[in-house]
Amino acid sequence: MRPTTADAVEDAVATAAAHGRTLEVRAGGSKVGLGNPIQAHDVLDLSALSGIVDYDPAELVLTARAATPMSEIDAALRARGQHLAFEPPDYRRLLGGGGAPTLGGVLASNLSGPRRIAAGAARDHFLGLHAVSGRGQVFKSGGRVVKNVTGYDLSKLLAGSFGTLAVLTEVTVKVMPAPEDCCTVLVLGLSAESAVELLCAMTALPLDITGLAHLPNGLAARSGVRLVAGAECPITALRLEGIAVSVGARLLRLREAIVERGARHDDTAILGPEDTEMLWGEIRDGLLLPPGVVWKVSVPPAEGARVAAAIAARQHCDVLYDWAGGLLWVALHGQSASPDSVRGVLARSGGHATLVRAPMSERERCPAFQPLSGPLRALSQRVKHAFDPVGVLNPGRMVS
Amino acid sequence: MLMPVPDAGVIARREELAAALRAVVPTVLSDEDSRRPYETDGLTAYRQMPLLVALPETTAQVAAALKICGAFGAKVVPRGAGTSLSGGALPLGDGVLLGLAKFNRILDIDFANRCVVAQPGVANLSITKAVESRGFYYAPDPSSQVVCSIGGNVAENAGGVHCLKYGMTTNNVLGVEAVLMSGEVVRLGGKHLDAGDYDLLGVLTGSEGLLAVVTEVTVRILRKPETARALLIGFAAVEAAGECVARIIAAGIIPAGMELMDRPAIHAAEAFTHAGYPLDAAAILIVELDGPAVEAEELSRRAADIARAVGATSVRASANDAERVKFWAGRKAAFPAVGRISPDYYCMDGTIPRRKLPEVLAHIATLSQHYGLGVANVFHAGDGNLHPLILYDANKAGELERAEAFGADILKQCVAVGGVLTGEHGVGVEKRDLMGEMFDQADLDQQQMLKCAFDPAGALNPGKVFPTLHRCAELGRVHVHGGEARFPDVPRL
Ligand SMILES: Cc1cc2nc3c(=O)[nH]c(=O)nc-3n(C[C@H](O)[C@H](O)[C@H](O)COP(=O)(O)OP(=O)(O)OC[C@H]3O[C@@H](n4cnc5c(N)ncnc54)[C@H](O)[C@@H]3O)c2cc1C
Repeated sequence: MRPTTADAVEDAVATAAAHGRTLEVRAGGSKVGLGNPIQAHDVLDLSALSGIVDYDPAELVLTARAATPMSEIDAALRARGQHLAFEPPDYRRLLGGGGAPTLGGVLASNLSGPRRIAAGAARDHFLGLHAVSGRGQVFKSGGRVVKNVTGYDLSKLLAGSFGTLAVLTEVTVKVMPAPEDCCTVLVLGLSAESAVELLCAMTALPLDITGLAHLPNGLAARSGVRLVAGAECPITALRLEGIAVSVGARLLRLREAIVERGARHDDTAILGPEDTEMLWGEIRDGLLLPPGVVWKVSVPPAEGARVAAAIAARQHCDVLYDWAGGLLWVALHGQSASPDSVRGVLARSGGHATLVRAPMSERERCPAFQPLSGPLRALSQRVKHAFDPVGVLNPGRMVS
Repeated sequence: MLMPVPDAGVIARREELAAALRAVVPTVLSDEDSRRPYETDGLTAYRQMPLLVALPETTAQVAAALKICGAFGAKVVPRGAGTSLSGGALPLGDGVLLGLAKFNRILDIDFANRCVVAQPGVANLSITKAVESRGFYYAPDPSSQVVCSIGGNVAENAGGVHCLKYGMTTNNVLGVEAVLMSGEVVRLGGKHLDAGDYDLLGVLTGSEGLLAVVTEVTVRILRKPETARALLIGFAAVEAAGECVARIIAAGIIPAGMELMDRPAIHAAEAFTHAGYPLDAAAILIVELDGPAVEAEELSRRAADIARAVGATSVRASANDAERVKFWAGRKAAFPAVGRISPDYYCMDGTIPRRKLPEVLAHIATLSQHYGLGVANVFHAGDGNLHPLILYDANKAGELERAEAFGADILKQCVAVGGVLTGEHGVGVEKRDLMGEMFDQADLDQQQMLKCAFDPAGALNPGKVFPTLHRCAELGRVHVHGGEARFPDVPRL
């Protein structure tokens, strides 16, 4: 099924619901490997719902049909010096799949990159939508302006719902001016613990740092940035972006602050714009991770190193730290997903762990999203029911 | 304003309900004098005495109270500080007003994780006060921030003058604890980022007290910018001011705040605060740039150049922080200033695509003539959020009704040009009956089905947001429907 209009999507979903058939909702197909594997009767291919509907840079909003390829969105924004500030990642290489990421797909999975801590997540930039519910009913929510509180904020709910509540057909996002200039300060040789401490301390300075990551030795070596790969030691990276005079001034102060905290000047280095773009792209897209099982773990940032150590004590792994320690990319050695080793340590710190990559046999056994319990589980099921009462859309993708 | 038909059965059992609530909540107000202060919120045109007022102090008490109300079939209206400008906290004659003012403690200040955990009754500004000694602040800054509660901010998704750059409440809340009408307690989010499951936190924020009672809030705090500079720019025409805003943004500058005032607002504010506004201007813009000193400096230079290029009649840059605060003084006091030139005013809150500003202001001027009521406009120009203040005198017969009709016409125009009914004040009772301007029945039905997932009996804050209330069973019966041919017997909602 490859509908070309929202009405045709409505028809397809209503027909499926009426006949007790389930649908796999697919746009570019680049993220079929995310979430729980599903088995549906038919594929609802949205790829024909493509194209930018309206883009006025001065209004800071862009409206596009849901399956518009990200390459097209990026090109349109770049031509006007703008971007999506949440830094949407491209997981094609990480997941080993093909396809082309689409704007709707990025929003439906609420995927955000390193700038998430400074600029917000995909959900924070998702202003409005047209969609078809699992009831086979067209509906809309939100608007095409940056500030709006009219009615429930269904954009937030549909962001990260992986197509299990409704099929997005048209979306409106907030766009932002892209930074004129950028650079990265590297600190060499820190332990994960000292690195997370440093990163958290630096966020307390008025320096507007937009990327705070730490790469252990083995992962840094996989970078395409020579300085990073050749350092032969763990690398802590801090990114500055903005107008050139500001980046320059903040760079001096950031380096000073790092040295004041005990790093030797020789143990710091600077990356220019090109290397900065490459390194943060690698971090964003999970490209530095070795083959094997990959988890994304979201925790309170100051807990990052402790949680990582607790996981490592149970299971051999490499951990890449993003979001100042708040996001752990955990690459397990071996082919077992080992959910107990990862989720088991979160009880104390709070947070959640998502299985991003694993062999199919493991994905079938281990729920991709942190299982819920008690009233919250029941509430989430009622929410699903409110949109998709007979379970037409992406059955089992989020909850098994 | 038509509210849900009061349930005579519940009213008849008032004393019984009061006794049951007293068994679990320390303070339950039932005599008329002590209930009186709760009869209205920031939208004082509407008044209604609540059946009872309950003031719980713990989450367990909230849960117990909600269960009791559920068992009695009594409705519940949550209330924070009662500053809602859309009547969100307007009581119901057969409902219990659940006041959260006693939840007034900050529970945890966590600088390492850059967040604060507060009870919902804590005032917005108190969070900043609690962390400013270490150079941090809580970004969303509604003008009511001295009094409005963080719980009320979550319920309304409150904004402020800085939200173009720093976001609304929803972009700054990390987690909540909330109690469902069933008495079940859920925790959404926490000190970490992004839900691993459905983003119920995102949908609870801005739900106007219809989905759950918020009993704890975790917000992120930000490092205070090092410097802030303000420009005060005068224009001979509103169009030029609008053009200036568009060009600043097109030039890649996101100011911390960008506020526009029209002539009546300028005059009222100047008379009240002597902020030094140019009285000959048709419009002024206040543009604030913040960040490291060099950045604020450079960007304010660029913005000033743009202003001159579009024909500004005056451009002043704040030389120091005292002057910057003075530039803002008039804008921040715009509402009370207008309150001095008119016995009453009615504050509207639509958002429009900014390019439509001249058209919408011209339309508002025409409506002003038509209704014979004055209007002053203040505008969060950066994000297109318009606040027309309609001047009227409630003591003159028919003026309130005329002001309301005028306001409704403005909001309809906002929607007609591609905008929305409310940018930050919420729908409440005020804009409830205008929801059909923006949404069709299918849109509203989907929203109400979500409500049913949280509150199947529809007991939490009914009569707000939705023009017509469907029973959940009624909505649920239409499981799935498509073309009429396939479901001839299923009514289309
Ligand atoms: C002078 C003035 C200026 C204002 N300026 C702004 C502004 O700049 N920006 C802006 O956004 N708003 C502004 N407001 C509106 C208002 O202050 C905000 O909407 C604020 O968030 C309301 O908070 P409150 O504690 O007073 O809530 P209330 O008015 O008590 O309640 C508001 C709504 O929230 C619900 N509610 C309250 N607490 C809870 C809870 N704990 N759990 C569940 N539901 C709850 C209520 O049921 C109601 O629907 C202004 C108001 C005034 C009077």
